[in-house]
Order: sequence, then C-alpha cells, then structure tokens
Amino acid sequence: MKIMTCPINGERPISEFYYWGAIKTPPNPDTCSDEEWSDYVFNKNGAPGVKKEFWCHSPSNTWFVAERDTLTDTILTTYLYQGGAK
Amino acid sequence: MPWRLLRFGLSKKHPEPRMFDAPDALKSSYDVVIIGGGGHGLACAYYLARDFGITNVCVLEKGYIGGGNTGRNTTIIRSNYLTPEGAQFYDKSLELWKDLSTEFDLNLFYSNRGHFTLAHTDAAMRTSRWRAEVNKHYGIDSEVVGPDFVKKHAPMINLQCGHHPIMGALYHAPGSVARHDAVAWGYGRGANMRGVEIHQRTEVLGIDTKGGKVCGVKTNKGYIETTKVLSATAGSTPRILKMLDIDTPIFIHPLQAMVSEPLKPWLDTILVSGSLHIYISQSSRGELVMGASLDPYEVHSTRSTLDFPEGLSAQMLDMFPFLSEVKVMRQWAGMADMTPDFAPIMGKTRIDGFYLDAGWGTYGFKATPISGKTMAYTIANDKPHELITAFSSERFKNYELTGEKGAASVGH
Repeated sequence: MKIMTCPINGERPISEFYYWGAIKTPPNPDTCSDEEWSDYVFNKNGAPGVKKEFWCHSPSNTWFVAERDTLTDTILTTYLYQGGAK
Repeated sequence: MPWRLLRFGLSKKHPEPRMFDAPDALKSSYDVVIIGGGGHGLACAYYLARDFGITNVCVLEKGYIGGGNTGRNTTIIRSNYLTPEGAQFYDKSLELWKDLSTEFDLNLFYSNRGHFTLAHTDAAMRTSRWRAEVNKHYGIDSEVVGPDFVKKHAPMINLQCGHHPIMGALYHAPGSVARHDAVAWGYGRGANMRGVEIHQRTEVLGIDTKGGKVCGVKTNKGYIETTKVLSATAGSTPRILKMLDIDTPIFIHPLQAMVSEPLKPWLDTILVSGSLHIYISQSSRGELVMGASLDPYEVHSTRSTLDFPEGLSAQMLDMFPFLSEVKVMRQWAGMADMTPDFAPIMGKTRIDGFYLDAGWGTYGFKATPISGKTMAYTIANDKPHELITAFSSERFKNYELTGEKGAASVGH
C-alpha cells in the first residue's frame, strides 16, 4: 500500500487522498486575452518531473501541497499551502 | 500433435520468415520520420506507402514493436460513441478492421462479440438512449435493450449487481475484439514489404527546427535529416512535445488491466459498466480480460498496484459472483495520454512538418486503422483529413471541445 503524509494527520494510505493537479497561477481574468485564459485552463506541462500539486486528505478535508516525482511516483515532501505558485 | 511446433523446436535455423527486417543502421535522411512503432505509427507508415507511394519512411521505436499501449489495451473495437465526429470517425475504423486480416494475410483473431454498456441508473439509461439515437442517425447499429436481453446474452450475470441493479443497456452488435499485437505486426510487415524501415530500440533524443520548420531528428543511433515528423507515441507524447516546447492539455495517467486464468468459454459478449467502472470480455484463449478506471493521479510509468485488482475484483464479483474462486493470472499498466474532452489531438501543429497523433487515452486501439489512414493523408497532403478536423489542437484555444462522453475507463 502506498503511504502519503498529510501535514495534519500524518501517514495515511494513498486511497484516503484526492489528487487535484499541479498548481498553476491564473492570469488576471479581467485583463488577459481569451487565448491566455485558454492556455491557463487547458494547457499543462505534461512531461514527467518533480511537480508541486494540490492534494486533499478527504476524511478530514485537509488541502495541502505535495512535491512529487511523476516519473517514479515518489512523494518528496508535503506541506500546507503557503500561497504563490512556483 | 503439433508437428509444426516440433519442427520449430528441432530446427537450428528459424524456419519461419521474420515479420519485418531489422536494418543495421539509419540512413542519413528520410522523407518522413515516424516516432513510435505502435499500431498507430505503423498503420500510418503502411498507408503512406500503400496509398500515397511515400516509401522513404522510417519508424523509430524506443522499445519493441507493439510493446506500448498497442500491446497493453483490452482489445475492444466499437463505434458507439456519443458525438457525431467521434461516432463517424470510429465507424470508419470499424469498416477497415473487418478487412484487415485478409489485407495482411495474417489472422488477427478479429471476433465479433456484441458490446453491452450496462446502465444501472436513470442517468445512464438516458445517456444510452442519447448514444443510440446519435448512432442510428449515422447508420451505426446501436439500440437500448432491457435486462432480459442482457441476461439472455450473458446468462451468468447477476442482474442485481450488488446494490446497482441493471436497468438496461446500450447494445452495439458490431462490438468486437482482436489480437492486439498482431495488428502491429500486420501493419509493420505490410509497411516493411513496401520499403518502410522499422528501427526498434531507437530512441529520439531531440527534434531540430529551423525557421519554424522541422529539419532533423536526433536519435541514439545517429542524426536523421527530414522535413516531416509524426509523433505517435501515446504516453510518451509530452516528452516528445517538450523537445519542441509545445504545451498541450494532454496528461498522463496509468490505465491498468488484468487477466484471469483461462476458463472454458462462458462469455461471448463484451460487457462494460460505467457505474461499476469495469469492463470484461473473454479472450480466444479463455482468459477473462478485465479493466477498470484510470489510476487517479499522474504517473509516467507502467507500474502496477495492488489496489487495482482488489477494487476491480470487488466490483466484478457484484456482477459475476461465481468468479470468486477464479485466480488472477497477471496484471499490467499502460500510460494513457488523456485529454479534457476524451477525444484525440490529431493533425498539424504550429511547427511546420511536425504532425501529432496523440491524446488517445483509453480509446486508441479501436482507432488504429483510421488514425493511420487519416494521418497518412494529412502528412502526404500537409492538410488535415476531413474526418479529423474536429480533433485539431486548435480546438482548446477556440473553446471548441468535442464533449465526447462515450470513452471507456473514465467517469462522466
């Protein structure tokens, strides 16, 4: 069983967690063009590597950040969101 | 007594001809370089050579032929999709499938089984009716059937399905299965016979461009000059696109599958349940070929997990309780290149001479013939084939997603 560390609840089985996706910063919706917005909504860096992602521990609804290598599926670190994207 | 097998065992030389040559070295230039020696890449090479007379082509494969998603899918062929563009595209593919064994002179074990998409909720029944109406409009054989019809075709089924009683199903009579690796071999042999070179264990390390045009490909076996490159690399697509700095909505999640030990034939249809997230058919060897949903998060590897057979088996026992004593023989995974609208990304890109055949997620195998054919047209004419214009990468920029909800292995 794969284990993930929730910053609040400690080590829990991965099945208790919900994956949201890599953290992206939206452009200002009032000033950006339609193309910039579609780029933000749809496009992503799909290549493997270490990514910062939002995850949620679903029983306690704890949202946090995980740094994970998507090639090896190794979780490097997890912490509560401190603002900012990259 | 299999005498032919005995002859194989006793012979010092390989008594059967090879399916295709293994050339020693790459030439310094080709008219077209195809990255990815799976079904799609080889089919494109085949149709380029057969229909357009373009034979100075090489197919580069990092691993071995058909060892990627071509050999990892659950071999289901159908065309009962929801959107007009999807249904028409896959139906053309189904037409091509029927003749492939004859065309290749190779038995693909193409087997017409009938395909049931089981509905356990009112919402699923509504979607079934919707898909049936779209399908009928385009001349595709689909109809909504009741639980009795399902029971008649799959007598071992438990219609109660645990807490999810079966209310009906979308029945698609043309639904079929085929031997998936043979498809790659058939296309590979056909392309090779016409002059296409297949280079296995040849990895692309970079793609060179000049003034927004493709001019060459770097590989671990040397440099190739070319003006046309097709990427047909499924789960490795983002790695190829990164070489050209192209961002797309494609994201990679593993899709796992498993087979049981061989059983006497008892299931001659293909059953899919969207609510239970499972699908099952019985192969010609008697193994139950089973799949479930995509893994829930991004991973770029073909690792398997124990959660998968555990979850899938629990759901499968709701549908077929008598399987409780049956053993799982093996499991595996493929990297599914998903898109937000469950439709592929095909055609030209912003780089001249770089063509993309990707985003095949959980539905690529059935599309092998038609994607090969339409991509060959697109490359030969430098203009997207009319069947694939809806699948252009531009659709995201223009907010024109396809809204395909007929894809497998994904929740809707």
